[in-house]
Amino acid sequence: MAVITYREALTQALREELTRDENVFLMGEEVAQYNGAYKVSKGLLDEFGPMRIVDTPITELGFAGVGVGSAMVGLRPIIEFMTWNFALLALDQVVNAAAKMLYMSGGQFNMPMVFRGPNGSALQLSAQHSQAWESWLAHIPGLKVVTPGTPADAKGLLKSAIRDDNPVVFLEGEMLYNTKGEVSDDADLLVPIGKADIKREGSDCTIVTHGKMVLIALQVAEALAKENIAVEIVDLRTIRPMDVEAIATSVQKTNRVVVLEEGWEMCGVGAQVADFIQRECFDDLDAPVIRVHQADTPMPYAKNLERAAKPDVPKAIAAIKKVMYLA
Amino acid sequence: MGTGTGGGRLTDTIEREQTRKPKQEMQTTNEPAEATAAEQATLRKELLRSMLLQRRFEERCAEAYALGKIGGFCHLYIGQEAISAGTMSVLRPDDYVVTSYRDHGQAIARGVTPRSVMSELFGRVDGCSGGKGGSMHLFDKKLGFLGGHGIVGGHIPLAGGVGWAIKYRKGDQVCVCFFGEAAVNIGAFHEALNIASLWSLPCVFVIENNRYGMGTAISRSTANEDVKARAAAYRMLGESVDAQDVFAVRDAMGRAVALARKDSKPTLIEMRTYRFMGHSMSDAASGTYRSREELEENMKRDPIVILHDIMRANNELSDGEFSKLDEEQKAICQDAWDFADASAEPPLENLFTNVLVESTS
Repeated sequence: MAVITYREALTQALREELTRDENVFLMGEEVAQYNGAYKVSKGLLDEFGPMRIVDTPITELGFAGVGVGSAMVGLRPIIEFMTWNFALLALDQVVNAAAKMLYMSGGQFNMPMVFRGPNGSALQLSAQHSQAWESWLAHIPGLKVVTPGTPADAKGLLKSAIRDDNPVVFLEGEMLYNTKGEVSDDADLLVPIGKADIKREGSDCTIVTHGKMVLIALQVAEALAKENIAVEIVDLRTIRPMDVEAIATSVQKTNRVVVLEEGWEMCGVGAQVADFIQRECFDDLDAPVIRVHQADTPMPYAKNLERAAKPDVPKAIAAIKKVMYLA
Repeated sequence: MGTGTGGGRLTDTIEREQTRKPKQEMQTTNEPAEATAAEQATLRKELLRSMLLQRRFEERCAEAYALGKIGGFCHLYIGQEAISAGTMSVLRPDDYVVTSYRDHGQAIARGVTPRSVMSELFGRVDGCSGGKGGSMHLFDKKLGFLGGHGIVGGHIPLAGGVGWAIKYRKGDQVCVCFFGEAAVNIGAFHEALNIASLWSLPCVFVIENNRYGMGTAISRSTANEDVKARAAAYRMLGESVDAQDVFAVRDAMGRAVALARKDSKPTLIEMRTYRFMGHSMSDAASGTYRSREELEENMKRDPIVILHDIMRANNELSDGEFSKLDEEQKAICQDAWDFADASAEPPLENLFTNVLVESTS
């Protein structure tokens, strides 16, 4: 175990899997000579050469499609989007090609590939660069959607994603790259896709969350512990397939739920979580499920407006007090 | 559905003019000098057989669509068969083909069995995609037939990816990608061609210019109708071919495939053709966006008739032999129909199979 950053954890995962399987390659904008826009691929060009670490033109649809085509004949591409905002230009390849190929070919062509890159807002990047895409992507059968919130999960889940024989959408937190945590250096240690993780145990209220919001949830739990409120945190880690059992187990214990996510409210991840809860745990609930999410607007630039738009610790604390009828 | 050939019966779109004088100069080919006359005759007969099979198969598709045995969208290839026959004749079994939704003829020319294609169109379990793809999504992995894709131009980058994989593994296969002329205006075309040329990928990009993107004439959609000129923007060879002449197709594809195989360089080829039917089974062959006169004029250049005329002039295929060959193809198509009709619908549990695989590496 060593304490490393989320970024270094991802780099370790890439290095280990590139070493393990020569069919694995990384392709995207600035991944090679520039060492990655967010330095996730730092040093990999020198280690693996230009056929394995591949710089592309700014052509998201084109190189995502190259990934799909190469996966059809057995390579295992990792397609890096500089951010998921840019991946919108490539969504035809993710949604219409990668997610459908196995099904519409009657099982002949599986897609052993990963689409990865930073997701969600950073700081004052305004409307076009500050979006969380998981609810869009999780809508699509044929994809797996993964959202690691810690360095250990980032490494273990990326390794699982690369080894998976299905197309995996891997959403990294743009604000998480510099966060630190303990990470195993065991090259065989995987975190399974589709399994939630209890990041903190508690008996009074559950926060169901994922990705960057895991850190917010941990701060919320820490603050409320001082008020003798014990918060349990269910980190979904994977949005599709969702670990409904883990959610239900926690709700049956605490009877109160706040769903915390970075994206917008309408048709968001929290809406799906709330639906699972009303179906699986209707009689266990002591209060309606409350959701905390981004304001229903494009992301503004001005610092004060941006702060007002984002879900944060005070908003989540207020939600918990409301669901506990303390406010 | 389309009205077919000027109101004539759909099941015979080959309109013969027995008195037409064959053009002797159309016999020229780039076949190797050592190919004997007998070998050339055999090749011609094989190309004729391939085109006839495609034609007769799709005539039955039109019939089946009218009877409700085929659902959804159904885009026929009638009139364009020389492109698939000529192309497949220069490919190796380990090469790859990626195509658009007008894919029946190409699948059959590549060797996908008429039984499995018809079963797919009928939505049956013996279909080449298990009844889950339909007309637009024919796949056959063992033949390197990487699909029928339904988003205009969306599959062109996939061919680049196959080319990339060939290069990655230091192989000498080639990937051929077919699409219509309307696809040259979509971004995916440009992104794929740029990448293929930039990285020297062994791909052949084939524009099947049938002059209409659905109902929009190329003059109404494309600023520069000389679509092969797009190649120059990507420092790629570009060529235009009279694609009603199967040997012109074969010659051009032979050169492009050789360039891809030996030098790993892509080519863009415009195949000038004409679609004898509507865009799909939902629109008439003429009367809205193109005139009956235009259609009839273009149907005089039927690739099957053109090749048959050459063979007749060479005295290598009598009318009786032609009829026999034609009847054999019709019988194959009847067998495909009967087989598909008898094939079971996919079991309901198949609804949930093939969404994901369970395996990992």
